[in-house]
Amino acid sequence: MTATKAPTEPPQQQRAVRRPGDRIFAGGAKGSGIFILVVLAGVAAFLISEAIPALTAPAEDIPDGEGLAAYIGPLILGTLLGAIIALLVATPLAVGIALYVTYYAPRRFAAVMGYVIDLLAAIPSVVYGFWGLAVLAPTLVPFHVWAADNLSWIPFFAGPASTSGRTMLTVGLVLAVMILPIISAIAREVFSQAPALHREAALALGATRWEMIKMAVLPYGKSGVIAGAMLGLGRALGETMAVAIILSGGAGATVNLISNSNPSTIASNIALRFPEATGIGVNTLIASGLVLFVITLAVNMIARWIVNRRADFSGAN
Amino acid sequence: MSTATQPAPGTTAPQRGPVRIDRRLPRLAPLGLYLAGITLGAGVSALTGFSVTSTVVYGVILGTLAVYVASRAVEGRRKASDRLVTCLVTTAFGIAMIPLVSLVYTVLDKGLERLDADFFSMSMFRVVGEGGGAYHAIVGTVIITLLATLISVPIGLMTAIYLVEYGTGRLKRGITFFVDVMTGIPSIVAGLFAFALFTLLFGNDFRAGVMGAVALSVLMIPVVVRSCEEVLKLVPNELREASYALGVPKWRTVVKVVLPTAIAGLGTGVTLSVARVVGETAPLLITVGLITGTNFNPFDGRMATLPVFAYYQLTQPGTATQAFIDRAWTAALLLIILVMALNVVARLISRFFAPKTGR
Repeated sequence: MTATKAPTEPPQQQRAVRRPGDRIFAGGAKGSGIFILVVLAGVAAFLISEAIPALTAPAEDIPDGEGLAAYIGPLILGTLLGAIIALLVATPLAVGIALYVTYYAPRRFAAVMGYVIDLLAAIPSVVYGFWGLAVLAPTLVPFHVWAADNLSWIPFFAGPASTSGRTMLTVGLVLAVMILPIISAIAREVFSQAPALHREAALALGATRWEMIKMAVLPYGKSGVIAGAMLGLGRALGETMAVAIILSGGAGATVNLISNSNPSTIASNIALRFPEATGIGVNTLIASGLVLFVITLAVNMIARWIVNRRADFSGAN
Repeated sequence: MSTATQPAPGTTAPQRGPVRIDRRLPRLAPLGLYLAGITLGAGVSALTGFSVTSTVVYGVILGTLAVYVASRAVEGRRKASDRLVTCLVTTAFGIAMIPLVSLVYTVLDKGLERLDADFFSMSMFRVVGEGGGAYHAIVGTVIITLLATLISVPIGLMTAIYLVEYGTGRLKRGITFFVDVMTGIPSIVAGLFAFALFTLLFGNDFRAGVMGAVALSVLMIPVVVRSCEEVLKLVPNELREASYALGVPKWRTVVKVVLPTAIAGLGTGVTLSVARVVGETAPLLITVGLITGTNFNPFDGRMATLPVFAYYQLTQPGTATQAFIDRAWTAALLLIILVMALNVVARLISRFFAPKTGR
């Protein structure tokens, strides 16, 4: 820090001729930075202030009449369930894609494909919702039937199978498609930064490509993949429209992934009920939003912490 | 190596030396084996009632297995696991392509139906069945997105300037960290924030486009900060030092030297951040809502926006169901076109406005 201070802070005798323009500009820049922190604090403060009426209200005033915990509990379960399915499906695929694009595909093709996968991330979530409802859900119905017939001993596949495919399983898979580009973008970044000397040394010692990746690339990129997965998890937890469109939700807490009655997720529940909510209902929804905010904030902070820790390490290379 | 009974094709006497290339599968053999596996998969699938999905599933498993076993027999364990991973990685990539292709195909297939002049020139005012369009929603999306850009870009850009040119110590680290964290705020929470803010200021029934713009700004500011920061960092220090050496004040250096140098990157970053928020649905759904007519005033009354319009057309169709669903898909197609166009524009900006290198 002491070394970088010199150019930014002028020496003592120059401070006298600091022009007002300088002071205004520097103040404006600093003010904007602080303003962002204020906004973030404001998000928390306004949500809390609007959530308080729901926190203090008697249990029977909350929609469904069983209190706030009973209202939000199943929603939290649904949110976690969908996000975890998405994470389990998307992470291995994303690592595969990242490896393919960085070390397997022909150079030119890889650049184009990297761009195409980035475009996947830009597609609005409402469109994913449309696609999930119109294409993926009907396509998955046979699998739902098969799982209910053959796997019903696993609680997740207890059945009865949904005939529309609008289940937590479908939602999880759509979320997986949505977070795939996020995870693979970060994985690609760290994989391509694996030190060339390590890679070449491995190859020079006669390692096959996979052995080179196993020895030089994966250990280097591990924390990057974890951080990417956490960021993807954050996105999947907060995803609203795709879930709101696809899921036929609203039932209580259940881990059954393939039936017609699924727990809704926090975000989609807000989107579905907010336009018609009044009075304490609005406060309840905002309270659930506060819970979502806290969960995603925690996930993102952990992810960023891992990323930053890695950045400190890689600075040495 | 133990089961190596087959001699490699075309070899007479394997060379002895430090490098042994005695046993190798021919170059196209893995691909051939893989395709053979898929054909076999189609056969197996046909036994149990043919379907494309099961063909692909069986085919990929059998193909991978065929490549692995052949390679293991001829080339040994290490090379075989290398080929196995190549198969797996390529398959992963192929699987990831399926949803993209399917999504683009579906949206084009269903959306082109209503992509006509009416869609761009008519609103839904007094339309209950067929006809009608998204004029009002397009207007709303443009106004709200512009407003969000007007809010986000000055704040985001100034913050980026602070981080690169002025920031030191804990405040800088704190801002960087929380900007990163802010990129992960769920869009619906941003919407709730805007709702709570305007409810406290103007009462319960206040609805206006500006609420949506504020919600989008919360999502947009961190993206602008991050991309602008990256670009400003790329401006070489020599330019700044040359400017200081001529006695130019710091703020003029930033405005006249640093920003013009980085303008291409800044343009790209801002365009991409617009692309990120233009399709946001949830925050607009709970703040701005939807109307059937055209509203040009973002400070009073509800406005229609393209994503919300698409959502309600699909989920709450009226009596003429098909007409509503067609409009929904066309709106979705329009959204994708919009996002793609913004991405292309961002690319073009960075290509054409990049600082001239050399003389």
